[in-house]
Amino acid sequence: MPKDSGIGASSKRREDVRFLTGNGNYTDDHSMQGEAHAVMVRSNVAHGKILSIDTSAVENMPGVLAVFTGEDFVEVGGNPAGWLIHSRDGEPMREPKRPVLAHGKVRHVGDAYAAIIAETVQQGRDAAEALAAATEIEELPAVVNMAAAVANADNRVHDEIPDNLCFDWGWIEDNRDAVDQALKDAPHVTTLELVNNRLVPNAMEPRSSIGEYYSSDDSYKLTTTSQNPHLTKLLVCAFVLGIPEHKMTVVAPDVGGGFGSKIYHYGEEALVLVAAKKLRRPVRWTAERSESFLSDAHGRDHVTTIEVGATLDGEILAIRTNTLANVGAYLSNFSTATPTFLHGTLMAGPYKVPHVYVNLKAVFTNTAPVDAYRGAGRPEATYSIERAVDKMARELKLDPVEVRRKNLLTPDQFPYTTPVALVYDTGNYQATLDKALELADYAGFEARAAESKSRGKLRGMGLSTWIEACGIAPSHLVGQLGSRVGLYDAATVRVNATGSISVMVGAHSHGQGHETVFAQIVADKLGIDEGAVDIVHGDTSKIPFGMGSYGSRSLAVCGSAMDRAMDKIIAKGKKIAAHMLEASEGDIVFEDGSFKVEGTDKAKAFGEIAFAAYVPHNYPLEEVEPGLEETAFYDPNNFTYPAGAYLCEVEVDPDTGVVEVVAFTCADDFGNVMNPMIVEGQVHGGVVQGIGQAMIENTTYDENGQLMSGSYMDYAMPRADDVPMITVDHSCATPCTHNPLGVKGCGEAGAIGSPPALVNAVIDALNRGGHDVAHIDMPVTPSRVWSAMNG
Amino acid sequence: MYNFEFTKPTSIADAVAALADEDAQALGGGQTLIPTMKQRLAMPGTLVSLTGIAEMKGVCRDGDSLAIGGATTHATVAAEAGDYPGLAAMAAHIGDPAVRNRGTIGGSLANNDPSACYPCAALASGATIVTNTREIAADDYFQGLFTTALEEGEIIINVKFPIPEKSNYQKFVQPASRFALVGVMVAKYADGVRVAVTGASEEGVFRWTAAEEALSANFSADAIAGLSVDADGMIGDLHGTPEYRAHLIGVMTKRAVAAAA
Ligand SMILES: Cc1cc2nc3c(=O)[nH]c(=O)nc-3n(C[C@H](O)[C@H](O)[C@H](O)COP(=O)(O)OP(=O)(O)OC[C@H]3O[C@@H](n4cnc5c(N)ncnc54)[C@H](O)[C@@H]3O)c2cc1C
Repeated sequence: MPKDSGIGASSKRREDVRFLTGNGNYTDDHSMQGEAHAVMVRSNVAHGKILSIDTSAVENMPGVLAVFTGEDFVEVGGNPAGWLIHSRDGEPMREPKRPVLAHGKVRHVGDAYAAIIAETVQQGRDAAEALAAATEIEELPAVVNMAAAVANADNRVHDEIPDNLCFDWGWIEDNRDAVDQALKDAPHVTTLELVNNRLVPNAMEPRSSIGEYYSSDDSYKLTTTSQNPHLTKLLVCAFVLGIPEHKMTVVAPDVGGGFGSKIYHYGEEALVLVAAKKLRRPVRWTAERSESFLSDAHGRDHVTTIEVGATLDGEILAIRTNTLANVGAYLSNFSTATPTFLHGTLMAGPYKVPHVYVNLKAVFTNTAPVDAYRGAGRPEATYSIERAVDKMARELKLDPVEVRRKNLLTPDQFPYTTPVALVYDTGNYQATLDKALELADYAGFEARAAESKSRGKLRGMGLSTWIEACGIAPSHLVGQLGSRVGLYDAATVRVNATGSISVMVGAHSHGQGHETVFAQIVADKLGIDEGAVDIVHGDTSKIPFGMGSYGSRSLAVCGSAMDRAMDKIIAKGKKIAAHMLEASEGDIVFEDGSFKVEGTDKAKAFGEIAFAAYVPHNYPLEEVEPGLEETAFYDPNNFTYPAGAYLCEVEVDPDTGVVEVVAFTCADDFGNVMNPMIVEGQVHGGVVQGIGQAMIENTTYDENGQLMSGSYMDYAMPRADDVPMITVDHSCATPCTHNPLGVKGCGEAGAIGSPPALVNAVIDALNRGGHDVAHIDMPVTPSRVWSAMNG
Repeated sequence: MYNFEFTKPTSIADAVAALADEDAQALGGGQTLIPTMKQRLAMPGTLVSLTGIAEMKGVCRDGDSLAIGGATTHATVAAEAGDYPGLAAMAAHIGDPAVRNRGTIGGSLANNDPSACYPCAALASGATIVTNTREIAADDYFQGLFTTALEEGEIIINVKFPIPEKSNYQKFVQPASRFALVGVMVAKYADGVRVAVTGASEEGVFRWTAAEEALSANFSADAIAGLSVDADGMIGDLHGTPEYRAHLIGVMTKRAVAAAA
């Protein structure tokens, strides 16, 4: 019987009521008394030297209140990278300063070099246009192509970095020789060059920030579209503006999607704070959609050569990858962690591979900064491995399912330490593979293919057996590897006097449904009604210092903190109950929302204990303090490792190259599932994003660094009619061994596992149709498919 | 957007008078012009809305032709041009409901976007574009990308479409804009077949005369099996190569012939 509340129930998403009725409370919905508007002045060239900016040309324009340029921020700090990577030669990565406003040079189209503060947005835009006309920028040749960027030492994104190289990273350097040797000795080596295409995040809500300054106590408030308000606060206070943290509140109210792009601190946030102080007025800024295209941190953008050494019967002997990863013009906060520790560490996939070595060069170019985007590094790794393993099977004329079976780790091999330093704690990859094959009716595929053929269509099936590492941790380990932040999270459970509960969490929900799921978990554990629990998030003045939401960490890390805090509540409740029931603490058990004396019918309801804690008349005051509120910080001792098998079935129209995704089946292992409906929704969303990447999202810069796909006229987002009904299963669960809820992350899985399944299916269809096509780069547009078939 | 004045006359004469001002510009459904203004790429001093002029709206049968008012929306054409099913179906697939409920035939033809559908239908039908000053044959009207025979201040009052025996429009959508990556309209008349192609050429909408001849002799997909279009002069962009577009013209034409009703 499906439960109707608590853990495991498909409780309806309570937050959707306000979202769907237009009562969401987004940053741009806040209007402030006396507010002024910021408009950014952005470069329309990819690379140029700023010769002069004549601010006097606009200072007296109607409504103009202030003009800022890069010059005004020379004294303040840069927006830092959150992870220090060392190159193979031991040198630290090159970290050019990322200023609030560009100074000296502009480095990508959309790079803001000035800002106008005006009474209205329109007046601000008028002045921005005039200021652009009063600015002299000497255009320089743009660095766009990564291979050219590292080859041409004269053309530099940052003058002090001769080869445009941020770092040249080896993982693990000690594996290198053994991998080289294994590949030399391997009976078969599959080589594949592939592009993991750049993506524009396109959150439905564009970025928006409002800065306020209170002269009464010299404090600030930043209301902003953030996935992690405390992190933004730390960055803007401690690194960029030098404001003491107790003088800053950061609020991330409802946020309409982030997908990674709103993890990072952006210059506009610092700008509105500085402007607010200068003008003594609230200052707001909201991106136009075209600004979002140009200035949000993009995702992916790798060019990889992968080599897989194998025996002739398909046993993987070694994997080597060489990758150029685009970091764009500046280092965004997680841009150095994403292609390294979220990518290279996963290069063994779900397989038992004796030797793995990853080399990755991060390259500066005159394009928008690139950073984590749903999946962040893991989709790139998964795509490389799953495409290459598929190609290997094809080259060796082996069944791609059997090749995977042969190499998948088996349940008895956990915990398993990979050659690239992760320790997979648990899993059952055969089970998810079998489940996916069953649900997708793999056995019936040939009949369906024949039916397609009778209609002149080519049908293909593609498989991806994926694994990912999420809920990144533990802090002491990531610290050794270069992380500059901790990766714990925090929750405060406040039991109110009459027994209702407010939970303040460090995680931030920007669509995921935390307000529903977290309440389910609390209600389940404390034996109370879900409706008596509210989840509070997003406001640094209310919540404990947690690290926010990204990397599928919220439930595994913050949910665990919440669970720990509830343990403390229960422990304290037992003491209070023991006193009230005149029993010894050891005899008190907490069950179904009551504290009971074991083996008797003496009990106190949870609400009675709460009331006693706040009205402590009959209370063990010498033993415990009044009140019932507990905070826990939780630092996991490992990542969680969700895994699964995805099967994609496509039909290709040989006349046009059009690919139709006719079926998509996901069998995932997310450990214990708290709310099946929400998990299903997360997988749907992730798969749709993966289908978008694989089929239509085609970010293109021309050789001058102009973004050709800079609007929805050219940048295709997947729509409902681009995707099939998606079959989702998560019954093959192996609970995470190291967090109290036994959960693994599910937020990124769909986007990680799906692209290779789709491309594998297209290649399968073409080959079944007699076309000897080894690879097509994403997105597999009709034009590319047709060209491959006729090339 | 820059500031502008707005006027909504109720007669053609008043509209023409208002458009005499050098900075004035006609406004149909605003589905192209308003976004352009929002991006500050156009700065008309006055917008003269044409949608308040009753005689410029509606679909009307006139002998062997359909006469469609220049300010008639795509949605109205989709609903009311049943006498010319190929045209009604074309209009029904422009944009989304919001676009169809605002965008007009006059605006589409005046704009002559190289990927738009209406220019293709007008050219394939040998339509006549009736303006406030003259009648222009479709063959003379379209003059390349975003370029037409319209003079400054001249407005499309009406468009006359001869009704074909059979017709069909095949639109291969560009995945982002869902305009035509390649669109082909085939119209079979008693005196011959006309085939127009949109989305493909660097010169804008054009007639594929070789296919017209072959189909006039034999109206079947097989009749054009051996024909192909030269990739030279076709658009190449991130959505498709010139070769691909040239190829699609053949495929879409065959499909249009097979589906023509
Ligand atoms: C999301 C979206 C999707 C779309 N998809 C498609 C599609 O699939 N296929 C397609 O063909 N089109 C598509 N369009 C374009 C749409 O059909 C527009 O409506 C059309 O191009 C312009 O018509 P309008 O009435 O909106 O003209 P407006 O935007 O008002 O005007 C366009 C131009 O025409 C001039 N003009 C307007 N009316 C007249 C007139 N009667 N006489 C002379 N000049 C005039 C204006 O001065 C202006 O220069 C799409 C548009 C959008 C926004």
